[in-house]
Amino acid sequence: MSEQFEPTIIGFTCNWCSYRAADLAGTSRMKYAPNVRLIRMMCSGRLDPTFVLRALSSGADGVMITGCHPGECHYIEQNYKALRRFLLLRRVLAGLGIEPERVKLVWASAAEGARFASETTAFVEEIRKLGPLNWGKTDDRQQTMDDVESSVVNRPSSEMEVPA
Amino acid sequence: MTANAKPKFAMYWAASCGGCEIAVLNTHEKILDVDANFDVVFWPVAMDAKYKDVEAMENGSILLTLFNGGIRNDENEHIAKLLRQKSKILVSFGSCACEGCIPGLANLSPVGDIVHTAFNTITTDNPNEIYPQTTFDAPEGELHIPKLFPVLRPLDQVVDVDYYMPGCPPESHQIAAVIDLVIKVVKGEAELPPKGATIGVGDSTVCDECPLARNVKMIKEFKRIQDIAPVDPTLCILEQGIPCNGPATRSGCNARCPQAGAQCIGCYGPAEGVMDYGARLITAFASVIDATTPEEIDHILDGIPDPTGQVYRFNLAGSLLKANREAWKV
Amino acid sequence: MSEKIGVYVCHCGTNIAGTVDVKGVAEWAAEHLKHRGVVIGRDYKFMCSSLGQELVENDIKELGLTRVIVAACSPHLHEKTFRTACERAGLNPYLCEMVSIREQVSWVHTDKVAATEKSKAAISGGVERVIHNEPLEPIQVPIHADTLVVGGGIAGIQAALEIADAGYHVCLVEREPSIGGHMAQFDKTFPTLDCAACILTPKMVEVGAHPNITLLTWSEVEKVDGFVGNFKATIRKKASYVNTDSCTGCGICWEKCPKKVVDDVFEAGMGIRKAIYRPFAQAVPKYPVMDVENCTYFKNSKCKACQLFCPTEPNSINFEQKDEILEVQAGNIILATGYDLFDATRIPQYGYGKLPNVFTSLEFERMCNAAGPTEGKIVLRDMKTAPKSVVVVHCVGSRDENYNKYCSSICCMQSLKFAHLVMERTGAEVYNCYIDIRTPSKDYEEFYKRVLEEGGHFIRGKVAEITDAARIPEEEGKLIVQVEDTLIGKQRRIPVDMVILSAGLEPRHDAKEVGKLFGIACGASGWYTERHPKLDPVATMTDGVYIAGCVQGPKDIPASVVQGAAAAARVLGKIQQGVISLEPIRASINKDQCSGCRICNGLCPFNAIAYIEDDNVSDINPALCQGCGTCVAACPAGAISGTGFSNEQIIAQIDGLLLRNLEPAGV
Repeated sequence: MSEQFEPTIIGFTCNWCSYRAADLAGTSRMKYAPNVRLIRMMCSGRLDPTFVLRALSSGADGVMITGCHPGECHYIEQNYKALRRFLLLRRVLAGLGIEPERVKLVWASAAEGARFASETTAFVEEIRKLGPLNWGKTDDRQQTMDDVESSVVNRPSSEMEVPA
Repeated sequence: MTANAKPKFAMYWAASCGGCEIAVLNTHEKILDVDANFDVVFWPVAMDAKYKDVEAMENGSILLTLFNGGIRNDENEHIAKLLRQKSKILVSFGSCACEGCIPGLANLSPVGDIVHTAFNTITTDNPNEIYPQTTFDAPEGELHIPKLFPVLRPLDQVVDVDYYMPGCPPESHQIAAVIDLVIKVVKGEAELPPKGATIGVGDSTVCDECPLARNVKMIKEFKRIQDIAPVDPTLCILEQGIPCNGPATRSGCNARCPQAGAQCIGCYGPAEGVMDYGARLITAFASVIDATTPEEIDHILDGIPDPTGQVYRFNLAGSLLKANREAWKV
Repeated sequence: MSEKIGVYVCHCGTNIAGTVDVKGVAEWAAEHLKHRGVVIGRDYKFMCSSLGQELVENDIKELGLTRVIVAACSPHLHEKTFRTACERAGLNPYLCEMVSIREQVSWVHTDKVAATEKSKAAISGGVERVIHNEPLEPIQVPIHADTLVVGGGIAGIQAALEIADAGYHVCLVEREPSIGGHMAQFDKTFPTLDCAACILTPKMVEVGAHPNITLLTWSEVEKVDGFVGNFKATIRKKASYVNTDSCTGCGICWEKCPKKVVDDVFEAGMGIRKAIYRPFAQAVPKYPVMDVENCTYFKNSKCKACQLFCPTEPNSINFEQKDEILEVQAGNIILATGYDLFDATRIPQYGYGKLPNVFTSLEFERMCNAAGPTEGKIVLRDMKTAPKSVVVVHCVGSRDENYNKYCSSICCMQSLKFAHLVMERTGAEVYNCYIDIRTPSKDYEEFYKRVLEEGGHFIRGKVAEITDAARIPEEEGKLIVQVEDTLIGKQRRIPVDMVILSAGLEPRHDAKEVGKLFGIACGASGWYTERHPKLDPVATMTDGVYIAGCVQGPKDIPASVVQGAAAAARVLGKIQQGVISLEPIRASINKDQCSGCRICNGLCPFNAIAYIEDDNVSDINPALCQGCGTCVAACPAGAISGTGFSNEQIIAQIDGLLLRNLEPAGV
């Protein structure tokens, strides 16, 4: 059996639209990839960038943020606030070498079970292509200094001289 | 060694700039109180001492150690562990020890790049591409220089820390207050704060101490301070479109920079209980953006040319992600 | 770990057990999450059955559970069930969390192993979260028995009367000088052809005379403070320059007023009024108002004819009158501010505004009205010639990608009514150009049949252009309507004397700002969003604010009346309860940590966050807070926390979902 990389993804849903979209996908028996683990919040506006950073640093390979469509937020306009944070967060993540595609924002209304399912599956495939993030695990590498040294020393490997 | 039974004091610098020691000296005559009340046993910047002297001390024999600087190499780590062993109270002193500070920004690059930049770029004439080695066989025997770690770590990622005192550097009046407190504790006139507390700071963030007028903020454009002339000296800096880190940065400095008409750059780190300082700033800046379409929002965000540096200038090594992914890939 | 957590995994028959190894999951939780406080892990056929609930209740009593996780269907289905069960056993209901492993696991995945693993992770997340749950109590709010109704059209009138008749006080606020709304402008109402005034004016009079109704016309709500049960509205009563204590509404002032003004509002630009005016004869209240923009005295300090001729003692005209600011207390608010008519000049190819004999539906309504500018005669813009042929254009601005995508719902029936009236009163040929004919209510289809039988022509096609550029002599001097008749597949040019544009309905131009005032939202089309489109159509997301009539979406008179009554019923229900309880999911600010940066101030659409200048801190009103958590996520100082969805809960759930909580040996 070939070992396929199975990403672990944390999904944030809003109580009113996207969580209900996930419910609808369920009641409609739509099938989608099992890699996303959902957290229900009242609103996508509740999304603190800390949650995304925590998920990525704790071992998630990607984060999916979902909410009501613009203009349809149950709290009037809070999904726009999620959008603004999301766009700035992605820029900050890019500066930390994390592909912006690892964090995705999806709008799905309570009626869009099919959209929820297809977007989830598409996202899982995207992350699968990007490969594991392994952030949590890299912490352990702090202790291994030998490869650091070799990295320093082996750079422009050819003409290294030792000072006499 | 004097015969009196004064409690012992130590101060150490790991990966830091030395500004923290200057801040201590800036307490002026307060430094005499330190001398009067403490036996200064180890302070490389101020007096001659050998590591082996520290190694010879009894565990827990130093009452107070102010440790500044981050852990960048194995020497830093060794002394951190050593001082932890020898000290009753270990204070993570200054932004570098607390959260990495400017040296922590090196975590944005792989260590190889850093060494390469330092030893073989336009500012360094190194035609033979000579790089420092960590060991060298000299006639006197094998010599060592410390080994660099892939990333810089704040002190508490290496050893257990009793108190945190942020700032780049900590404000001298705050240092004086802390010295006073410890002296009182020694004399039995006061109690220490609970372990793990951040000391020498306010409860809130910089805006709490900032006198500039503020309103409900909405911004159509982010600008750099050099692009605004003149800055309105009475109005909230963030409201003027300059990304000011004040809303998310621990109070205690008396809003020094905004008072001088410049944006807060965040050296006092996050407020109490905050898990990731950068996240707080991301949400603060995002919250004032006056736009609803991704295109408009992105256009406004273009006004922050280095978002990662902006929100993690002092805090990268202490943040949830700690470093650029490339830095881990040694 | 001092918590004792019970984990219950539901089979849901085979709904879950068919895809998830429920027994294995329950055992896994008991074993691998033991160190996190899980003391019991059970699986059961149907957790929601009374036996399943008893299982939880007994364990709470016997094992002393302090937290409960039920892994079953969606919390939207049974959260209440299990929380109530916990409450029965003496556990605070908010210490129970549901984990959805049916809608989000067993029903959407086929791989049994993956589904089982995902269920474990979900439960692990739930366990970590529930550890941080706090016992909560619903927030109790007393309800003020007065109601504020905004908008005096038919929906607002109906709502006000229902509540007032039930014995409670209503304050009805209307922007115009009279209540009545659009309905007062109409002549006949479809499909019965009742005279609009005949059925509306008695209701208007009733409102004006009702002891339980305070009527504030020529007034606008400027500010709304407070929250369900306890709103405080600030209302500007504009100066009318008429003292209503002495005015008898005799009409001498507007008779004598020398300044004629085109009436753009009530007469839709078809008629003339004076600078001091009452919009129509049956207006309620009967008092006139002064239009200061046009009044000669206000322009050049001369005239005062109205005051000179006013026969009352004391004189009722008071040029010194000022706007009054009133404060009204109310427990509930009903918004019934109606609609704007689609501006037909936005479709230039229809020629409205350039071609004189192109009329809008509202102009035509006024023309038909016996009290209107033509005294009910259907004539061309010259005010005398009766048309011999008329085209009624349906869906003007509606069902159109370029303007409004939605169906305005009333235009088909309105157009049929126009066709009938034209034929009846002028004998002209009438052509209805339509996209579809929609007649879904009682007796509507019959009315359509009747118009067909009366000889109305129907052309299925969207009108492309209305022009006066004749191509053949027969078109000379006529309006030519270019339309594709899609039923016969031919382009047609119909030369007629008159065109009526059945303009659609649009949200009020200021709907967004008004919505903000009341803390309610507009949907994508701009109409106010109801709490639930089917099951809660007159409530909004803001507790205590209801919507009725066209503010919620285009609708005809019967539907508006139904909504007015429905909103009134909802309000009466609230008043009867006396006290209501609100979900305790709320944000609060730690004032020691708050820096007063005011970043959160702009984030709350419910105006729940106020800045207290003296203390330099912001504060959240828990009764206004809706619990969305946006400010919690935004506070740069981390000074805002949210009950029910705290940072600690969510961070713990993230770690749990990623199985960071497992002991190394247990992985």
